[in-house]
Amino acid sequence: MADHDYSVKVGGEAGQGINTIASILSRSFADQGLHLFAYQDYYSRVRGGHNFYQVRTATYPVYTFSDNLEVLVALDKASLDLHAGELNPGGVIIYDKALEVETPGDNALPLPMAALGKKHGGKEVMGNSVAAGAAWQVMDGDQTILEQTLGRLFQKKGSAVAEANLKAARAGADYARDNFTGSCKCRLQKTSDKKSLVLTGNEALALGSLAAGCRFISSYPMTPASGVMQYMARQTRRLPLAYEQAEDEIAAINMSIGAANAGARAMVATSGGGFSLMVEGLSLAGMNETPLVIVLGQRPGPATGMATRTEQGDLLFALHAGSGEFPRAIFAPRTAEEAFWTAADAFNIAERYQVPVFVMSDQHLADAYYTVEPFKLNKVVIDRGQVITDNELSQMETYNRYKITESGISPRAFMGQGEKCVMVPGNEHNESGYSTEDPVVRTRMQDKRMRKHKAMAKEVKAPDSYGANNPDTILLTWGSSYGACREAVDRANRQGEKWQVVSFPQLWPFPAKEAMALTGKAERVISVEMNSTGQLGRLLRLETGRQPDLAVLKYDGRPMNATYVLNQIENGGVFPWQ
Amino acid sequence: MAVEPKEYNLDREITWCPGCGNFAIMDTLKRTLAGLGLSPHQVLIVAGIGQAGKMGQHMKANTLHVLHGRLLPVATGAGLVNNRLKVLAIGGDGDGYAEGGNHLIHAARRNIDVTYMVHNNMIYGLTKGQASPTSTKSIKTPTTPQGNPLEGLNPITLLLGLKASFVARSFAGDKEQLRAILEKAIQKPGFAFIDILQQCPSFNKVNTFKWFKERVYDINEAGHDPSDLKEAFRVALEWGDRIPTGIFYEDPEPRPVFREAVLGGEDKPVTTSEINPLDITEIMEEHL
Repeated sequence: MADHDYSVKVGGEAGQGINTIASILSRSFADQGLHLFAYQDYYSRVRGGHNFYQVRTATYPVYTFSDNLEVLVALDKASLDLHAGELNPGGVIIYDKALEVETPGDNALPLPMAALGKKHGGKEVMGNSVAAGAAWQVMDGDQTILEQTLGRLFQKKGSAVAEANLKAARAGADYARDNFTGSCKCRLQKTSDKKSLVLTGNEALALGSLAAGCRFISSYPMTPASGVMQYMARQTRRLPLAYEQAEDEIAAINMSIGAANAGARAMVATSGGGFSLMVEGLSLAGMNETPLVIVLGQRPGPATGMATRTEQGDLLFALHAGSGEFPRAIFAPRTAEEAFWTAADAFNIAERYQVPVFVMSDQHLADAYYTVEPFKLNKVVIDRGQVITDNELSQMETYNRYKITESGISPRAFMGQGEKCVMVPGNEHNESGYSTEDPVVRTRMQDKRMRKHKAMAKEVKAPDSYGANNPDTILLTWGSSYGACREAVDRANRQGEKWQVVSFPQLWPFPAKEAMALTGKAERVISVEMNSTGQLGRLLRLETGRQPDLAVLKYDGRPMNATYVLNQIENGGVFPWQ
Repeated sequence: MAVEPKEYNLDREITWCPGCGNFAIMDTLKRTLAGLGLSPHQVLIVAGIGQAGKMGQHMKANTLHVLHGRLLPVATGAGLVNNRLKVLAIGGDGDGYAEGGNHLIHAARRNIDVTYMVHNNMIYGLTKGQASPTSTKSIKTPTTPQGNPLEGLNPITLLLGLKASFVARSFAGDKEQLRAILEKAIQKPGFAFIDILQQCPSFNKVNTFKWFKERVYDINEAGHDPSDLKEAFRVALEWGDRIPTGIFYEDPEPRPVFREAVLGGEDKPVTTSEINPLDITEIMEEHL
């Protein structure tokens, strides 16, 4: 069976249904056993504009998007104008016949989407299923799989709706078979009967948090993090989970601090602007040692920036945010699968060390769909760290919430757990939690807190290397940019290069020793990041003294892929650390 | 077993100035809680920053002494996940009406199950005498050297406008009334708001103990019916030679508290010291 790697782009105005078409195709690709990477490009508006969904499907795992397309499904004229040029030779255009445009070449199918939708599905909006059916037919997909997908996707809207969509899709497929006079090179393989999950980075983060037993989330809506809170809000009736949309991000983080101190696993989800408001609360969590998970979905800044676009510009902000000095952990999952496990483990780190823990994503990871094998849920471990039992508590004369220990970790009792009071302050304090300005106690307390940083550093998730052994060039990266780097390295190594990606699932405490071991011998270290100042490169220099030799940066709000990385390196890259 | 007020004593230095209204308020609160049979470990005090916020350092109870103005969100989160605690929020006029103004509005809307005490001395004490949102017009303070250009905010009409479920005002110089109001407020499910007028002998030389004492009167004794919201507004507008205190408004019918609204009527804590993994198989399989 030959490997294949196809991309389909569905373009149109907001509200035209490109998501529906892309979802049908994505789910169907996955059900043929294929791997998937599907990302959306959308404007911050509810109607109009030009949006697209690009779905890549291959017989092997893919973590980034391709340059070119095999199929373009165009719901508006802009899709033809902007994307026809992205087609590979022999690529096919399926476009809405109602657009009344000049035929864009021989390999094109004008499809009466709305008319067929109305005729066979009863409504013009069924044109979306018509388009999906036609695209599936042109790509030579297995018809029964498409029909199963439609049944599943629309079943929750009732069997009549599912049936109507099925008829519409069949009509699209029939129309394509009878009227498409060109040819398409796509021959979709059926590679496996194993079912995969299809989910976004945001959905994986939410699912991982639920798996970890998160009991409370408070947030304020902000793209691209809203998906996390909305997903969790939907589960509150089935799970012992409380959710509140706060009046602002200041309230959101303070609510979570309250919940965490009352005994719950608690989290917030936000983007850079919202996190700016949370900084004060973050500092409180640092002082009163509250375990808290902060999902920080990055988008371009400063300020409102570009709401629906992607960037990795908040790494050093998350690292340095908050008045005073206190320990924290920063994780940055690179794929949806990793997002699930990172979120699940973030609560353990937060509770074991009683610190705020960041899980940083970016819009590209947050909104992209990936195929993932079902998570082995019994592998999720819940470790609440050093917790005092009811029996131990009852035998204590008083409970000292901030007992000074060698590890810096003070065993926790929860408020209302027994008959001892728990005193939690925002001021500097003594072991019992009573405020103090005593210089000796202050120093001991600050040392105690910072010892937790040392303890965390001992079990940091090491950076991961992928590619050639004994590489001469290393691409240093984090977050979703990993996908582009991985593919760039594969392509370079196929040309005889010796390249490697070194990527960081955890950025703080910084794994300095491991980073040095991996990058020390390479002739060339190239930092690849979605920002304009090379923040990971800067962090590497700060923590190891090693400065990357150059950088590949992108900060136009659009994601990078392998070709971009290779071209930038070919052109000499940039050096942002003067 | 009866609870003694002294169980709430913390063997620590009290840092308030002599003659501060906070002494009377704290003493009354201890007596009220003990009188209701509540032990310190059953109570959570969420305290803000300011002299009033120091109640979170001067009383024995579970305490969350948090950031300036942020006590209500913290109380919201804590009370939502843990229903074994009687939650009180305590702060001053700067904390609640300036820094925390937005949170006050939404806490009232949510009807969180919290008794919120605002120690209102119409001045900033902890930071030494600056004007607060309730400071009198024309008062000279370090930040209003030419005299305060603004009218003081009326917290009672604000809260009545939000139709908060329990709206009251008391005075640190009337411990009997304060205790009676606190008792009602603490026992009432939902958001109970009490603005407590108090003197600040160090920094407020205008609104002194004597000044309040000569002006306050009890509206309920004067016949005000707390179920009458319109009448409550009329009474609450009075300020000057006479200052109305007492219960301005109380929901005639009980309304759902926030916890029930969020948790769908399941009145069990969503948290305990031991948590088990949630079974999310079904949710995960929606992605298959």
